[in-house]
Parts: sequence; C-alpha cells; structure tokens
Amino acid sequence: MLVNGMKMKSRLLRDRMCFILVCTFAALTAVPLLAILGEVFVRGCTQFSWDFITEPTPTALKAMMAMRAGDAIPGGIANGIVGSLIMLGMAAAVAVPVGVLCGVYLAENSKKRFAVVVSYLSDLLQGTPSVIIGMITYVWVVVPMKGYSAIAGSVALFIMMLPLIIRSTEETMKILPASLKEAGLALGGNNARVMLKVQLPAAFGGIFTGVLLAVSRVVGETAPLIFTALGCSMVRWEIDKPIAAVPLLIWEFFNDPNLQELIWGASLFLLLFVLCLNITAKYLAKKWNK
Amino acid sequence: MEKPIIEFKDVCVSYTRNTMAVKNVSAAVERNSITAIMGPSGCGKSTLLRAVNLMHSLYPNIKVDGEILLNGQNILAMEPIEVRRKVGMVFQRPTPFPTMSIYENVLAGFSLNGIGLPRSEKEEIVEHSLRSVALWDEVKDVLNKKGTFLSGGQQQRLCIARALALKPDVLLLDEPTSALDPIATKHIEELLLQLKNDVTMLIVTHNMGQAMRISQRSMFMYLGELVEYGDTAQMFAAATDERTKAYLTGKMG
Repeated sequence: MLVNGMKMKSRLLRDRMCFILVCTFAALTAVPLLAILGEVFVRGCTQFSWDFITEPTPTALKAMMAMRAGDAIPGGIANGIVGSLIMLGMAAAVAVPVGVLCGVYLAENSKKRFAVVVSYLSDLLQGTPSVIIGMITYVWVVVPMKGYSAIAGSVALFIMMLPLIIRSTEETMKILPASLKEAGLALGGNNARVMLKVQLPAAFGGIFTGVLLAVSRVVGETAPLIFTALGCSMVRWEIDKPIAAVPLLIWEFFNDPNLQELIWGASLFLLLFVLCLNITAKYLAKKWNK
Repeated sequence: MEKPIIEFKDVCVSYTRNTMAVKNVSAAVERNSITAIMGPSGCGKSTLLRAVNLMHSLYPNIKVDGEILLNGQNILAMEPIEVRRKVGMVFQRPTPFPTMSIYENVLAGFSLNGIGLPRSEKEEIVEHSLRSVALWDEVKDVLNKKGTFLSGGQQQRLCIARALALKPDVLLLDEPTSALDPIATKHIEELLLQLKNDVTMLIVTHNMGQAMRISQRSMFMYLGELVEYGDTAQMFAAATDERTKAYLTGKMG
C-alpha cells in the first residue's frame, strides 16, 4: 500500500477539522435568531396579559399618569390586532384566488412567451421595496379616495402578497407528477375539470402552506401601511377609515416617550404570530408530503 | 372478416422536426382481443399507444401524422375528450387520484366528465367495476379510504376499474405490470384475459412471457418501425423477420 499510516492520520485529521468548522458556522447562524427571540421574549412577557390583547392603546396622558403612579401602563394593542386582521383578511381574500390562478397558468404554460414575461414581472414585484409599494398605493388609492383607510392598506398588502402566492403555487403545481394530469385527461375530463378535481386538490397542501408563509411575510410590513392605513388609537371595524396595525403601533410607540414600554409587548405578539404561522406551514407541508 | 376496431394508416409521430419516434405504422386491430406491442426500449411502442387516445395533443411539440381509425372514424380529427371516453388508458405506475377515496376514484371518470348520477346507480357502478377487476371483496369495507392506501397491485386494479367504469371500447395499457411484483402481475394478467370479451385491449409490454401468455396478436417494433405483426403463437414459434427472431430469442433487447 502506498498510503502509509501517517498520511492516513493527517487526512482523517483534516476531515475532522473541516467538519468542526462547518458545524461552528452552522451554530453561529442560529445566534442572531435566538438573541432576537430571547431579547423580545424577556422584555415583552412582563407586559403580556389578557388586557394587552383585548384593550386598545392608551392615550399618552393615561400612560404618563400610570407611570408617575408607578403602575403598569394600561391598555394594549387590540386596535392593532383588529386592524391587522381586517387588512390581512381583505388582502388575502383577493390575493389568494388571483395568485393561485396566475400560478396555475404559469405552471401549465411555462413555455409560452407571455407566461415567461409574467413570471419575470412577478419576480420583480417581489423584489420591489415595500416603501415604494406603499407610496404607489398612496397615489393610486389614498389620493382618489381622499383619505387613509383599511382598504388602501389592504391594497398595499395585496400587492406584496401576490408574487409570493404566485410563486409558491407555480412551484407546487410543477412538482405534481405529470401522470396525475394525464390520468385525469385519459378519463375524458377537460382541462378545467382535471385541474379543479385532480390537480388543485393534490396541490392544496403546498398552496395553503405558501399562503400562510405569504401572510406571515406581510403581517410585519410597516412602511406600506404608514402611507395607506395611517393608524388609529381605537378599535375600529370600518374599512373606509384610517386603521391601526400591530407593526404601525410599534412604530408609534417608538415615537412616543410615554408609550415606549409597550414596544416589547407588541413585538412579542407579532413575533409569536409569525412563528405560529411558520410552524403551522412547516407542519402542513410535512404532513402533505407524506 | 369482422371490421377492425382500430386501424393505423401510415401513422408517424415525431417529437422534434428531425426525429421520428414512430415511422409509417399501418395495422388493424381486431375487436375483443388483446394485442401486445413489444420491442426494445425507445422503439416507439409507448408513443404509438399514446397516439390512440390523443395523449400527444397535450404536448404542442409532438406531431402525429397519418390516420388512426376507431370504428371507421379518424380520431385525429376528433375532439380529445370524445376520443378518451371511448379509449381508456392504464399507465405504467398506478395513478389513483391521491385526494379521492376508492369509491370516488372508481367514479372519477363520471365526475371529470360532469356526469351526475343518482346514488343507487353510483353504488351499482362502483360494485360492478370493482368486481370486474376482482377487487370488490378486498375493498368493500374500506371504500371511503384513500386509493393510495392500497398496495401497488390493488392500486393498478383500481385504475383499471376506473377506466372500465366508463365502458370504453378500447383499453390501452402501457406496461401495466412493470411496477408490480410477480403475484400482482399474475392477478392482472388473469384479469385482462377475463375482460377480453367486453373490451379490446392494446398492451405495451417489455415482458415477452407476458405477451405470449395473454395476447392473441403481437406487434414487434424496432427503431420506430412496425417490423412484424401477426398471430402471437405463430410469431413466437417462427418469426419471419431476423430482427424479431433476435429479440424473441434474447439476442437483442
């Protein structure tokens, strides 16, 4: 044998060192995430209570009085939670059908020039800075409607969700086996029926996961909402009036010295919401892929 | 002689402009028989089979020329959904629809064609179709379970039942047993022999034993050409073409 003992030993040693190096870097990537989670959790959990999610934001005066008296700041972020849910709901109600249909079209006609162009534009839209989307929505919706509103906010969120849903639908449809579609068509079904009864149900898990991830991506968007929803200190259900959102509240709390304490509770809520959506999405994806 | 159910007339199929996967195939298929299509990989046997239910029309780059007559009508000029209701197909891998129950899978042909049936008729069709593929006794208590819950052989029989439920004139089988174990294969072969009286079958197989066991007529294809077509027993006993002889004796595969 040409490879003697010494040489073998040094090769094994080098292999071992590479392995340790890779593991170290992998561990390092977890540090920022864990640090953020830890910080937000430690600071936020002291404020977290039932009242915090069922009471609207206190006025600066109330908060100041409570702090003077040495009490906890009363009130919470209910207005933001309601506003965020209303706007997410409206945005998703439009973005899901439009995005899924578009994704289906792109997956089925991937070679057509029109589909290539649409797919490329959708990618560009996904990369568009959210502050620009907010400003454009301001020009398109807020100005003609003569006022900030939940509608304008949900239009901005809709634009942000759309490319995410299109892409996840397209990817899911593309990995379905071709045999599924062929088997459906071989039974005499037309394209629409095979899509509706065979392909879409089979892809449901993947599409639903994509929708959840899209929602969790835009729930924390702040910039587009500053231009469109503006914010509101009451719990409000009208969709044609300015409305609050959790990320907007964080920004407002930051700008008001009397309310700064509440930042952490609101951040914790947002973080937990996103975390729950992500875990649900992962769980569903796994369950569906079995 | 009775009028053939399928007639191929100078059928050519090309995937790209310069390569023909099937070259000038002309042949007539007898009613209520099993016709095997044999040949080495890439000889065009699956391509020829898939032309019969217009599967190629899904892919715009594939071109089919010539005429394929079904009961005297050229299917290449017909609407795909019309043709496919008369010509069923079973694929190499079982393809039960994963989100449908066994019951719904058998009836999938009807729901995909937008045909509504009363409950009693549905139940009759499900039972009859599953009995005709000898699956009824095995699944009658689990009809609401997903089709994917069955074994590979059972799934394939379910797919045959699903195709038969529509009462097609012709059943195309594209290597239906190549993903199955020998026992499941034996079940399917017995089943096909029983079904022969009701439906004409065209089966692509790379298994010469299978062709000999179940088919009455055989085609041997090589490099896109139909080299030899005739009585199965006769072809295995004394093939006329050298290439057929070489393939059947295992000198070429």
